[in-house]
Amino acid sequence: MKSLRTYAILYLIFLYAPIALLPIFAFNDATIIAFPLSGFTTQWFTELPQIPALIDSVKNSLYIAVITAILSTLLGICAARAAAKYTFRFKRPIMGFIMVPLVLPEIIVAVSLLVILLQLGLSLGAGTVIMGHVLICTPFCIAILNSAFQNLDPAMEEAAIDLGETPWSTFRLVTLPLVSPAIISALLISFTISLDEFIIAFFLTGTEPTLPVYLWSQLRFPARIPVVMALGTILVAGSILLLILAEMMRRRGLRRAGLQDKGGFL
Amino acid sequence: MLSRLAGMDAPLAILNTENKKGLALISAPLGYVIAMLAVPLAAILLISFWTQDFQTFDTTPTLNNYREAVTDPLYRELLFRSIRIAGLVTLVTVLLAFPIAYFISFHVAPSRKSLWLFLITIPFWTSYLIRVFLWKVILGFNGVLNSGLQTVGIIDEPLTFILYNANAVVITLAHAFAPFAILPIFVALEKIDRSLLEASQDLGESKLSTFFRVTLPLAMPGVVAAVLIVFIPTIGDYVTPRLVGGPDGLMIANMIQVQFLRLNNAPMGATLAVIAMVSVSLIALLFVALNRRYLRGPR
Amino acid sequence: MTALIDLKNVNKYYGDYHALRDVSLEIAQGEFFSLLGPSGCGKTTLLRTIAGFEDPSDGTLHIAGADMNGVPANARPTNMVFQSYAIFPHLTVAENVGFGLRKSPSSKTDKMKSVEEALEMVGLKGFGGRAAHALSGGQRQRVALARALILKPKVLLLDEPLSALDKKLREQMQSELRRLQRQVGITFILVTHDQEEALIMSDRVAVMFEGEIAQLADPQTLYKRPLSRKVGDFIGVMNFLPAAVRNATAIELDVAGLGPVTIAPDQAPSTAKTGPAEVGIRPEMMSILFEGEPDRETIAEGIIKDRAYYGDMTYYDVHLKNVDQPITISMKNIIGRPVLDIGDTARVSWDARSLVLFSD
Ligand SMILES: Nc1ncnc2c1ncn2[C@@H]1O[C@H](COP(=O)(O)OP(=O)(O)O)[C@@H](O)[C@H]1O
Ligand SMILES: [Mg+2]
Repeated sequence: MKSLRTYAILYLIFLYAPIALLPIFAFNDATIIAFPLSGFTTQWFTELPQIPALIDSVKNSLYIAVITAILSTLLGICAARAAAKYTFRFKRPIMGFIMVPLVLPEIIVAVSLLVILLQLGLSLGAGTVIMGHVLICTPFCIAILNSAFQNLDPAMEEAAIDLGETPWSTFRLVTLPLVSPAIISALLISFTISLDEFIIAFFLTGTEPTLPVYLWSQLRFPARIPVVMALGTILVAGSILLLILAEMMRRRGLRRAGLQDKGGFL
Repeated sequence: MLSRLAGMDAPLAILNTENKKGLALISAPLGYVIAMLAVPLAAILLISFWTQDFQTFDTTPTLNNYREAVTDPLYRELLFRSIRIAGLVTLVTVLLAFPIAYFISFHVAPSRKSLWLFLITIPFWTSYLIRVFLWKVILGFNGVLNSGLQTVGIIDEPLTFILYNANAVVITLAHAFAPFAILPIFVALEKIDRSLLEASQDLGESKLSTFFRVTLPLAMPGVVAAVLIVFIPTIGDYVTPRLVGGPDGLMIANMIQVQFLRLNNAPMGATLAVIAMVSVSLIALLFVALNRRYLRGPR
Repeated sequence: MTALIDLKNVNKYYGDYHALRDVSLEIAQGEFFSLLGPSGCGKTTLLRTIAGFEDPSDGTLHIAGADMNGVPANARPTNMVFQSYAIFPHLTVAENVGFGLRKSPSSKTDKMKSVEEALEMVGLKGFGGRAAHALSGGQRQRVALARALILKPKVLLLDEPLSALDKKLREQMQSELRRLQRQVGITFILVTHDQEEALIMSDRVAVMFEGEIAQLADPQTLYKRPLSRKVGDFIGVMNFLPAAVRNATAIELDVAGLGPVTIAPDQAPSTAKTGPAEVGIRPEMMSILFEGEPDRETIAEGIIKDRAYYGDMTYYDVHLKNVDQPITISMKNIIGRPVLDIGDTARVSWDARSLVLFSD
């Protein structure tokens, strides 16, 4: 028991070691990333806004992530609703098939999309990256939304109908408010995934790099490393913030539905 | 008589309306996956039988790519190395993950469980690229680990066996896929009825033998899921081998990328992708078959 | 008078499963009507068919004279109290109760007033501002009632509304529901698997088995004159004894252990014919004669096989001569009456008017 707890804490240290180093070296006044530390500086952060290519890639990534989040959450709502409310032929195989992108190696998704898009003569760009990102984000959205839709007592919707509402106003007045925390957390999660995703973007981005693709191109230059660390710090801090928000939403949803908390995402 | 007839028709009618509504809803996500995954995968399979002819494809079907992939020692080595590394990563990840899942499920107060799970998933949601790069920084010759250990005086010379080889790939991937392994095992452990463990001890088993005779077999579905969910994506990982693997740590995904984007030989890249996918599927199926006895039973 | 609710030959299939079998039913305005049966017999299905959540596979349903075919649930003059109560957790108590008033043309203050009245009626005055997810089971049940009654439906449908409550609260709610029904005068249809609850509360009860109505009667008739062994067995406790019908018109029987007896026409099915049959009798309609008590004309000899002491009552299992199965007899533990021991012989008297003949 005691040794298990020690192990768990060591494991957490292992998990957090890399991202804990980020801010340390982002504020370190040296171009090489090594101990001992040499001094405090905010120079790397102030350099960030002066790199036009970086700014462009951030804008591009944000645009892609927002569209991806909306589309994959919409697709996720359709799938989760269908799975929770209806029985239809081949339900299990269909649901399993939709979740496949979750386990497929991303390189496979990337090259197969690349091949077909080039064959169709589509030019690569933000649109093609979105296509790929929606594909890999949708299963995550389904996983999050599924439990919300499944937890929804069918009698809730029937009660609204019984009290005179139409199916559509029932969806608006009862269903949506009850699943909205899950919808928000699905939006946040898919946004985060899209913002961080590298391989698919690497293959499908064309001439306008996303932020991770831009970062990748910078990793080759040792002089740029401290700036990358600063950027990484901001990214990681942003991700963690979004996650905490998503988790708070999920818990609020559970509380609203008067349910017991049974664990995190996935 | 009438009702008998109605009884014959009714099931179909009910199924049809349910069917229609459900299928209508599911058609959007299903259609998307078909268009964006099934069709492209079929295209990859098709192209793998073609040949690159400068800028265009020679579409005469041929097995030449496969012949080359199987006979060329470079491709063979990359594939086997990928499987080996992925297997090792899976083993390490799952072995490291099990005690954590066990700890959270059995020794953390119920109200704190979701906090622990949250703590474990956070690193996973931060930029993969940056995390891998940080491992390169940590493990490097002049890296954080070596410089740190030297500053403290534990070592005199930098350790070299930890970067630009398969070890570094294993460490980095074991880190990246930790939550993927922990979560399914945790879920399986949570499902175990605690009174079963008391029953086992009541029947004379020790705590340790209870673990091996009751807990572990019941947790196996989670372990199997963890193995698959780690093994399948790692075999196709691109970033980690590229950043920390060095020449001896490169994997099949790196070669696929080279074929597609550098050598402009899409058919060869497609062939390698197909071979990788088929190998993964075969190994996964074999693994599931071997563990079948743990996977059936009440759901 | 036409019935408020009129079901004719309603069938319902789920795939191959025949959930409702040719159900015909008339329920009058103002009646407290119960659907009673074991779990899975189709009570909920029937209730949901009336509410409009299930379409009958065939047959007709009229409510207040209007054919309900094609009328969706939200347009029917029925409201429902769900088994899970289905209290919207994202709304307050008042918002829940006023949920169905959204489209009503009355002013906001009028709506608030009727919400207040509805809450008062169910004993939740002043609870309007509370969050719904913080309510107890009994309070949820009251909110569900108020929410359904506020729309003044012609019929209130209640699906096992009390089964989630503990015994004490359930008993209290039983009498409250009954009082409420009398007060508002609305027809209540209650689904329950608890025979005692059905007897206590209802004007009439329909007993269902396997999708079929086995008997429809007022509580007393149901208890005293079950139409089949199955109904008699399901409601309360009943002893069954093999019997032979000697004369089907005068209804003369030979009952195992009890001897020859003649019963009245209301104690036997009209289809009774000579030959082997079965009679049923309730435990309290038999009694053990203690020393000093005068003999009765209907007497049988037996031996006490087992007994269960309940405090106010004692239940004896008595082996009658020439009968394989022991019968159960309940005795009130009144002043001066001893509790008999296992192995004691017992003289058993019974009430011939309480025998019921079953021919199935
Ligand atoms: N939607 C459905 N699909 C298939 N079978 C159903 C459905 N609803 C109910 N049933 C079946 O119909 C039978 C009657 O159910 P129900 O009316 O809920 O019983 P009760 O309320 O009396 O317990 C049960 O055997 C149940 O399994
Ligand atoms: Mg029911």
